[in-house]
Amino acid sequence: MKFVDEYRDAEVAQGYARAIARQTTRPWTIMEICGGQTHTIVKYGVDSLLPTTLTLVHGPGCPVCVTPIELIDKAVEIASRPEVVFCSFGDMLRVPGTTHDLLTVKARGGDVRIVYSPLDTLRIAKEHPAKQVVFFAVGFETTAPANAMAAIQARREGLTNFSMLVSHVLVPPAMEAILSSPQNRVQGFLAAGHVCAVMGYTEYEPIAARHRVPIVVTGFEPLDVFQGIAMCVAQLEAGRTEVENQYARSVRREGNRPAQQMIREVFQVVPRRWRGIGEIPASGLGLRDAYADFDAERRFGPAASGPDISSECQSGLILRGVLKPNECPAFGTRCTPERPLGAPMVSSEGACAAYYRYRRMRDADSSTVEPRS
Amino acid sequence: MTEPVDFSGSCPIPHGDYAHILLAHGGGGRLMHQLIEQTIVPAFRNPVLDVRHDSAVFEIAGVRLAFTTDGYVVRPLFFPGGDIGTLAVNGTVNDLAMSGARPLYLSASFVLEEGLPVETLQRILASMRRAADVADVQIVTGDTKVVDRGKGDGIFITTAGVGRIDHSLAITPTSVRPGDAILLSGDVGRHGMAIMAVREGLAFETTIESDCAPLAGVVTDLLSAGIAVHCLRDLTRGGLASALIEIAEAAKVQIHIREAAVPVGEEVRGACEILGFDPLYVANEGRFVSFVPSDQAERSLRILRSHPIGKDAAIIGIVAETPAGLVTIESRIGATRIVDMLSGEQLPRIC
Repeated sequence: MKFVDEYRDAEVAQGYARAIARQTTRPWTIMEICGGQTHTIVKYGVDSLLPTTLTLVHGPGCPVCVTPIELIDKAVEIASRPEVVFCSFGDMLRVPGTTHDLLTVKARGGDVRIVYSPLDTLRIAKEHPAKQVVFFAVGFETTAPANAMAAIQARREGLTNFSMLVSHVLVPPAMEAILSSPQNRVQGFLAAGHVCAVMGYTEYEPIAARHRVPIVVTGFEPLDVFQGIAMCVAQLEAGRTEVENQYARSVRREGNRPAQQMIREVFQVVPRRWRGIGEIPASGLGLRDAYADFDAERRFGPAASGPDISSECQSGLILRGVLKPNECPAFGTRCTPERPLGAPMVSSEGACAAYYRYRRMRDADSSTVEPRS
Repeated sequence: MTEPVDFSGSCPIPHGDYAHILLAHGGGGRLMHQLIEQTIVPAFRNPVLDVRHDSAVFEIAGVRLAFTTDGYVVRPLFFPGGDIGTLAVNGTVNDLAMSGARPLYLSASFVLEEGLPVETLQRILASMRRAADVADVQIVTGDTKVVDRGKGDGIFITTAGVGRIDHSLAITPTSVRPGDAILLSGDVGRHGMAIMAVREGLAFETTIESDCAPLAGVVTDLLSAGIAVHCLRDLTRGGLASALIEIAEAAKVQIHIREAAVPVGEEVRGACEILGFDPLYVANEGRFVSFVPSDQAERSLRILRSHPIGKDAAIIGIVAETPAGLVTIESRIGATRIVDMLSGEQLPRIC
């Protein structure tokens, strides 16, 4: 398939792997921020072709994984109301709240619908004027412009039965939090290409300078990831700490200005709790006062914020790269996609689910996945 | 500058066994598997059922028979490449074919929703008749019930089928042996993406047509050519991946396939890319895998390719001894990973 196969070529991939092996003289730990990249790495086995001295750790960039439990509980509560049509992207439906998930709400008779775009939700609101139509607005900077557009359009059309339950998060504050943690082991980052397509990468320049880490804006195909790693290793080996752009076919330094303008129009930066990590200051987006009419938490009451119930789930350590999923004692035994202890085991982009789906073989037969460089 | 954050290191989610049936229990993945194995099978346990193949095989008065049943619920009722009627005939014909049986007679039971246009029913019946003629089976008995408006999706159809087995092979997962070659009869993912495109109103440049087709003919070609077929499995819900995992687990062998060898049409790949789906898990209604001795692999491939249904057939992998129960895949870039069964249906991802 055009524009896809070029980025999955086996020979080029293995050429990159050999080049990375040649230029790597010391052990390095690199974090890919985005769950989409984690998925590519594990699905295609990118890391199994890399030298063993290179460690990839998986970042917090999975919106399903970091949405705090109180917001899942609030979504479950709202979706259970008889007057509500609750709309969400598909993979949020399986994330368990304190007692159950949105799929269970649907099974019990709640009107829970999968949508592909927030604008679909506006259409549903117009078709069901007697219903309250609520959209679960989650995600990083990538989904924020479309969600902002939904609010702008709802106001323009005077929709009174539409609202959004907002749990937007931002990448740079999470990187700051990871780098500032005393347990940090990350020496270089692959930044999330699609987030940067919206926001550009000027925000990352002070982070690279302050924490002395190279940051490479990277795409999502296997060859993108290989090239991003090669660029990051080259910087580490040379002692450089710059922001570089591997994903130049989609990302410009200043990003997409009209999209940013739309985000600023609707949202303001707020503190946000990250599931498994805790509250990070100025790390989320909430609706501005001008759009408060569309805030589901105003319409149906705010999400109760309590402490996470303690459990053996180690996802806080996994989401900031301190632990690999298969190093968790519960992995694959007490924690599976059918009985998840934590959200990273739920989403296809969650690091634990990716390891569970693609990696259990390593325990059974490690010889199959030896690096070939 | 951000203050260091105190990481709690815990992300608690309570254990959840579902007290209610979810849609995911019908998705062809791990949840459906568990429902069947833990709740349904124990209620009926017997030696014929315990073989756990697409159809039950037993002997009556010296004749080996295959017997199967399947329910059909699909929205929309009509889709590019077929409708609920063609599915209801071909699905049951294919379940019989997967034990190497020659399908003979079908039953058809209809649950109709109040308000269904009679013209719609007639269209469905006509395509059932056409599909039965093509598959050379007769629909010889049936039943009709009507439920209140809102209690059904227009029409649900259940068909059962009986077929005759004229060979002496044991075509079941437990006959699979290390060294067997794995053949796939054509490109995967058409049915699931055709339904998805219509149901969700996704428009692509070309229309994706369901692969819905009867497989008994091409299976007969293999058997009458003397291929010592070890196992056959049609790929339905859960796709190629789930079918291979079920066989690897039942046969206690390792199955290894090459991703680049699995045919996937351009339109299906494109649609899957957009939605974040893996075509290996997408439903099919006219594709099957066959496990044959490796020295008969090339001849089997020629036989498959000489039938219109198998023109894109390919050898996609081999069977090994260990690690038993595991399916592995060589990715496009040459690394190896495992293939796991999904919990339920694939859900479109956020970004």
